Amino acid sequence: MGRAFVFGDDVDTDVLAPGHLMKLAPEELAKHCLEAIDPSFAKSVRPGDFVVAGRNFGLGSSREQAAVSLKLLGVRAVLAPSFARIFFRNAINLGLPALVFDGRGVIAAGDELELDLASGRLVNATRGVTHQVRMLPADLLAIIDAGGLIEMLKRRFATA
Amino acid sequence: LDVGEKGLVPAIMPGESGGQTLVEKIIARAAGLARVGPGDLVTVRVDLAMAHDSSGPRRWRPRLEALGARLWDPDKVVIVSDHYVPAVDAASAAILKETRDFARDYGVRRFFDMRGISHVVMPENGLLKPGMLVAGGDSHSPNGGAFGCFIQGFGATDMTAIVATGETWLETPGVLRIEWSGALGSGVSAKDVMLFLCREIGMENHGLVIDYAGAMIDALSLDERMTLCNMAAELGADTAIIAPDRKTLDHIRTHGGEIDDDALLRWRSDDDAEFAGVHSFDAGALAPQIAAPHSPGASASVETFRSTRIDQAYIGACVGAKLDDLEMAARVLKGRKVAKGVRLLVAPASARTTELAAKSGALTTLMEAGAILLPHGCGACAGMGHGLLAEGETCISTTNRNFKGRMGHAGAFVYLGSPFSVAAAAVAGAIVDPREML
Repeated sequence: MGRAFVFGDDVDTDVLAPGHLMKLAPEELAKHCLEAIDPSFAKSVRPGDFVVAGRNFGLGSSREQAAVSLKLLGVRAVLAPSFARIFFRNAINLGLPALVFDGRGVIAAGDELELDLASGRLVNATRGVTHQVRMLPADLLAIIDAGGLIEMLKRRFATA
Repeated sequence: LDVGEKGLVPAIMPGESGGQTLVEKIIARAAGLARVGPGDLVTVRVDLAMAHDSSGPRRWRPRLEALGARLWDPDKVVIVSDHYVPAVDAASAAILKETRDFARDYGVRRFFDMRGISHVVMPENGLLKPGMLVAGGDSHSPNGGAFGCFIQGFGATDMTAIVATGETWLETPGVLRIEWSGALGSGVSAKDVMLFLCREIGMENHGLVIDYAGAMIDALSLDERMTLCNMAAELGADTAIIAPDRKTLDHIRTHGGEIDDDALLRWRSDDDAEFAGVHSFDAGALAPQIAAPHSPGASASVETFRSTRIDQAYIGACVGAKLDDLEMAARVLKGRKVAKGVRLLVAPASARTTELAAKSGALTTLMEAGAILLPHGCGACAGMGHGLLAEGETCISTTNRNFKGRMGHAGAFVYLGSPFSVAAAAVAGAIVDPREML
């Protein structure tokens, strides 16, 4: 169970991981995640919480720190009606579920959510409703289950 | 997911008959299949992989070491130090050193250390050719589509996997053809085309490749074609591509690349190829465009923003500081001075660009107008180097993104415009129609 943090459309990689702070160690950079649009986010988010956002989440740079920061802050999953291609791949590669689901109008900030990734069932305990998010293809789910692409590749290189 | 010998994702059976797009031809060739169609998940062999100092070696080395892997082919890897250049503190110096050490330790001979921005350095060295499938560790990699290759941006983990295995998976995109008839007017450039498109077709063209065609495109230089392809990133497209013509081949050859004339016949879309959509626009009707903070899509004709005061004018970035861009700015600045209280910063896209602009006289014109010359590299566009903004300051910039906080303080305001528009604003101290100064 985790709480929902709700954002609008076009959450870009510069608000997720500000360019002028990219020299910082990942753990330090993560403290600035989304601060340009929600200064309290990084301080208040806890492991298991959810980011619920609008369209085109993660547009912009290829910088993986956008997804790394959310992962380091313990975000359970990002739910949005659509994702920018590179952010989506980065998230999956790091084992962070990026799930296509339009939560606008049905999930409010602070709602308690529970996700079953295998079935795509998303329970909103605060409102007592269950949603179905679009399932990830089995191939991509396998990357998340492995703990990310590098973990998956370790098996490949170990058997090579 | 099949992680066996055949690659990461099994190929889905391709479509039947009919013409193919250039994109499908390249992906099919790289996947070792007769043909592919939109939506097909395929594993492709990569012909060239590029990374820079920010997303490359410093992220790759620990992962490669964890895998116990080397580069699949060091001669197919290009590394460019362009983000933290030149070092401004010990942290950026360490990143640059790490990048040099990696190139040495892993045998990467195509290492360009502080020679310019990757997207400009690659074609300067004739490395991009029609029909290639290229993976770039930067979101503006689509820039290279101007040379008729299929080139996409990837994050650091994807790139690590690519340089370790020489392959990746992708979902075959559809192709959105954008036709431009007519000719651009004086003082109107490829940058205006892109700011117009960010508004007109939006920034969420997921799963699509932008294919530019038409008389206006044919007439453009390769520098200007790169601008069109570069900002496919802002359109949210998978990438962009322009089928090669005589100009493309000449450019490759004069920059040290080898290419056969056959490329013109082989790497083009068939006449009966199916596009996901077609848009047609008249280039002659386009006015200079400006994008307001904080999105390239928040654009309108320059008239809308007339008289908006600026503190800084910035000419820089892969998209906005190539030789053609500096020449455009020089046309406006010839015999004029930067307004009092305004600073005009110029960070050329590459060392070669600076050299050519010095030879052509454009650099002298810029300096005489009062511009401040900065080192070549990504600079303030990526929130690095010189020229960052304070809270409450307003900048007009030739760069490709004006997201909140990208160029310094989150409380700064960045407008985007063409080199013509940025130079004109620097002279007037406020946004004006650059055509009045030509």
